[in-house]
Amino acid sequence: MSKINLLVNGKQYSVDSVAGETLSTLLRERLRLTGTKIGCEEAECGACTVLVDGEPMMSCVYPAERADGKTIVTIEGLAERVHDEMKLHPLQEAFVEHGAVQCGFCIPGQILTAYALLKRNPNPDSADIRFALKDTLCRCAGYPSIENAIIAAAQALRTGEPVQKPNHIPDSIHDHKTVGRSHLRPEAVEKVTGEAIFTDDLKFDGMLYARARRAMIPHGFLKRLDISKAKALPGVVSVLTAADIPGEKTHGLVIYDWPVMVGVGERVRYVGDAIAIVAAETQEIAEQASALIEAEFDLQPVITNPVQARQEDVPQIHENGNLLKHIKVRKGDMDKGFAESDVILEHTFHTPTTDHAFIEPECSIGVPLPDGRMEIYVGSQIPYQDKTQVARALGWDESRVRVVGQLMGGGFGGKEDIMGQIHVALLANVTQRPVKLLFDRHESLLVHPKRHATQIRVKIGAKKDGRLVAAETELYGDTGAYASLGEKVMTRATTHSAGPYDIPNVRADCYAMYTNNPPAGAFRGFGVTQSAFAVESMMDMLAETLNIEPVELRRMNSLHVGSITNTGQELKESVGLVECINRVDAEMRKTNPHPFKPITDPAQPNLVRAWGFAAAYKNTGLGGGAPDISGADVELYEDGTFQVRSSAAELGQGLVTVMRLVVSEEMSVAPEQVRVLVMDTDLTPNGGPTTASRQTFVTGNASRYAAKTLREEITATMAEKHDVRPEQIRFENGIVHVNGHSMTYAEIYKEMTALGKQPVVRYMYEAPKTQPLGTGGDMHFAFSFGVQAAEVEVNKLTGEVRVLKVISANDVGMAVNPLGLQGQIEGGVMMGLGNCLTEEFIVENGNVVTDQLARYRVPGIMLTPEITSIIVEHPVSTGPYGAKGVGEICSIPTTPAITNAIYNAVGVRIDKTPVDQEMIARELWERNSQ
Amino acid sequence: MNLWQEYKRPTSVMEAVQSLVSASGPALPIAGGTDLLLDLKQGHHSPIHTLIDLTFIPEMSSLELRGDELFIGAAVPVNRVALDPLTGMHAQALVEACNLIAGPQVRNTATLGGNVAHALPAADGTIALTALEAQAEVAGISGTRRMPFTSLFLGPGKSAIDKSREIIVGFYLSKIKKGGASCFKRIMRPQGVALPILNCAVWLERAGDVVNDIHIAVGPGGAIPFRATDAEAALRRQTLNEETFPRTLEVLLGQAKFRSSARRAGADYRKHIVGGLFKDVLDTAWKRAE
Repeated sequence: MSKINLLVNGKQYSVDSVAGETLSTLLRERLRLTGTKIGCEEAECGACTVLVDGEPMMSCVYPAERADGKTIVTIEGLAERVHDEMKLHPLQEAFVEHGAVQCGFCIPGQILTAYALLKRNPNPDSADIRFALKDTLCRCAGYPSIENAIIAAAQALRTGEPVQKPNHIPDSIHDHKTVGRSHLRPEAVEKVTGEAIFTDDLKFDGMLYARARRAMIPHGFLKRLDISKAKALPGVVSVLTAADIPGEKTHGLVIYDWPVMVGVGERVRYVGDAIAIVAAETQEIAEQASALIEAEFDLQPVITNPVQARQEDVPQIHENGNLLKHIKVRKGDMDKGFAESDVILEHTFHTPTTDHAFIEPECSIGVPLPDGRMEIYVGSQIPYQDKTQVARALGWDESRVRVVGQLMGGGFGGKEDIMGQIHVALLANVTQRPVKLLFDRHESLLVHPKRHATQIRVKIGAKKDGRLVAAETELYGDTGAYASLGEKVMTRATTHSAGPYDIPNVRADCYAMYTNNPPAGAFRGFGVTQSAFAVESMMDMLAETLNIEPVELRRMNSLHVGSITNTGQELKESVGLVECINRVDAEMRKTNPHPFKPITDPAQPNLVRAWGFAAAYKNTGLGGGAPDISGADVELYEDGTFQVRSSAAELGQGLVTVMRLVVSEEMSVAPEQVRVLVMDTDLTPNGGPTTASRQTFVTGNASRYAAKTLREEITATMAEKHDVRPEQIRFENGIVHVNGHSMTYAEIYKEMTALGKQPVVRYMYEAPKTQPLGTGGDMHFAFSFGVQAAEVEVNKLTGEVRVLKVISANDVGMAVNPLGLQGQIEGGVMMGLGNCLTEEFIVENGNVVTDQLARYRVPGIMLTPEITSIIVEHPVSTGPYGAKGVGEICSIPTTPAITNAIYNAVGVRIDKTPVDQEMIARELWERNSQ
Repeated sequence: MNLWQEYKRPTSVMEAVQSLVSASGPALPIAGGTDLLLDLKQGHHSPIHTLIDLTFIPEMSSLELRGDELFIGAAVPVNRVALDPLTGMHAQALVEACNLIAGPQVRNTATLGGNVAHALPAADGTIALTALEAQAEVAGISGTRRMPFTSLFLGPGKSAIDKSREIIVGFYLSKIKKGGASCFKRIMRPQGVALPILNCAVWLERAGDVVNDIHIAVGPGGAIPFRATDAEAALRRQTLNEETFPRTLEVLLGQAKFRSSARRAGADYRKHIVGGLFKDVLDTAWKRAE
């Protein structure tokens, strides 16, 4: 066996070569340098980038044996440890300071690629940076912040001066001590040094590796299953089938319709259905064993789309048929509305399935404990539901399961459902050894729920002066093989399908249908992304028909305080839509007074530019009558620091920072004095699902009220002990002033505990009650509003589309952390841009075509336009300091803003996404030849 | 499932060929490996036993002038091809193509040898080398020989090189002469696989307003990398002006065999846009040759 000698981060290693080993595996598994991340193993995402002899390389396709004699630098090699302190490299520091770190999973690759660039070019401009980072994907997509960070680091390296902090992010207009000002993420430093631990970075003694055998047929009955060859393979410890599930056989977030495994005689509903699971001593053996499992199916006709699924005489995929839910919105009188209309337009739009493509694939580890309990390590958006569902499948009391949530390399709605959690629990229970199940990118793309593909027909009626009087929509949503959150997602698509407008007569019908495609569930925007594309396209079509400016048409119909929404809810406050419209409009017209008129490039007459405009709204919180509850603990420690705890999920969006800032504000201490613990079901109270843009609101409030209650308890205790009135006790700059006497929190701790009072408070916050759809009451407790304008350049010959600028205004109530908000807004625009231009998850007759990242394009830095963010803050009285959700609204108007701009540039109406440049070119040449 | 069992690191071309033919199981040379390893992993290639790493062979990693020619080793990473002043001087089309292949990290390992060995009719490096009329040096057990570039290809994905017995050592290009220039450009779509819808490279020698000599390559214009020889003949020794171009384009469209490829481009779309791309590339090369 030959040796590989290599120098890694200044340390010489000599290791035996292992057949088939890549450099990334050598670094991660043998040298335990887990800062190098694996996103795709296809040389597509760039997360695994390391420097080999100074040049950035994808270590996932680099044979380890080739590294012999080479010098390797990984992310762990950049910072220097000076005594106990990490001295960050200026790039690392700049990434932290500029808010370029969100989920953090891609960051090692970003920083190392940038490091190599700066070695070669100490003063790069934007084009140089984009060229260098072209294929280093960031799905949180804070590309502008990444670019700013690299420019700041380059300057610091050239001049020797400290890294310049960002100076373009304004504070909130609402004045507070801590919240409303830009703060750094508490976990940002570990994410730039490679010390941050994600699930796949964990290793336990005696750990086994699991693999699920997928059906790989879209529809049929499992006739025969033979696991004997797999079981006989040396190194295989356990092979389980549906017959081995001790508890409930199905899982699901709302409806338990998703089999943990499909058993013999049972129905396979999509290619990703599991039919057996394997645990083995190594990953390779688990894969081999999975391939040895023999299965025979009785194939059934495939339901490929929701319209087909609703036809008569087609196979019914579930016991209750193919209809998951018929969702209805009724307001006013449609006959009257259309009779009163001067103009009626009708058009049908189509949107495809799309994938979250978080850079970190799914990973779960089950660890059996000696006391008979089970720990599940997983990056999950809903830890408490994982706990429930794992316990159900094991047939256990929930108290025996502990979910220990890990950092997540992005979620975006795609990590809400059960993926490997139950499978590892079953295998760990049987083998009594820890079991890890890591999806590769292929499996991730096949299995987890996607964004619903939709067909949306919009019929709209208006008066000559532009007033909307009637809107009728009909939606078909492809929820795929299982319900997941399909009913909820399509309900949101339906209730929002007439746009953020005040319309007296509205009717909407949605058919959420089961098909044999991969399931569809939550994905940032939650159905509104699709319906906003349809209705906002329609608004521009109407504007043209009526010869009214698109901005004016929206402004005159906008929801405002006092409006009644389509579900019958009166909006009583916090409706910043008109301000969003006006501010985007003003910004857009600064440089171009006629933004919607096409401008031809005189030097290149094929290139035409124009702006497009779109508006949207999106609920904050679950709504529809669901109790919306989050719990938080705030505890004061002996050393005078605080900890805030909730089992809400940090997936890169910045919730941990929000919780820290809220407690800092309430307790009048520096943010650094507040630690945050999330996602551990033993140690943190239930924060509910991280979905529906709800966590800043609900867990923000829970943290705030817990802190406030603790402060009141301290006040009461000190008042009594020191015999002063409560009003004489003040909290300032980390000090408690008790009638002229100043005490630190450490002293407060001492006095409290001496009196037998534990300084810890749990607060279960319940958001204002909502009403179910159809009852006419308040369906949601808050709405966020967003408006975007996009400037595009279209090539009239080739149909190619480039987005040059996006202006995004979002009414978020109150900006709790403007730096974090910036990242959300940049990423929202980029995800919207991908939705519009690059992304299409293709399924043909139930089989997934886009089963590799190489076939599913998410936008990189090269496609990033200039993004101008405008924060609008119409506070909602029940939100923390007035805040409401932002995660989704910032992504929703992007698609129609771009497609409207394309129409304004070249007159081609896009009614199907993603934009097909060939279709644009074809329409233009056919028009010219007429 | 291990992607390979044995990994050899020969340091000479002959040692590499010997390792290849004497391997104890199916063997393949690996240069960058950015495509090969994925093909193996995704089951697009039959399993192999031995990989012969070509990057430790100095000859194959050299990029230098040899007499009147520029030699580019088949294992030179495309990023080095793009950055080297010699290619910048003599093979600008190749530099432009290499700068567009994949992303920077991949370009640091991917090689021209691999690009050519995959025999795709629209690979960027391949199309540039086609227009530059490269010659390939191929080594087998009986020695090395030179092959005209287009003779390396049999069909889409089918190379004339027997990868289990032969190795592409490198490419020879003619040095640029006075009045000579080249250019490469392509058209992409933002969805799906990162292969161009259409790419085009032109090499020409100019004397005043007259095209002395010209090579035109268009991908995918046929089953193998396409040389628009009829269009070249139509332009050779002609004055380039607003009348000659449409005529040349017509000839090119008559010879090229554009086809529809699922989810990338229809044949009629390719026909529609090729004129604009060709003109753009030709004009740029023409100006550079001034």
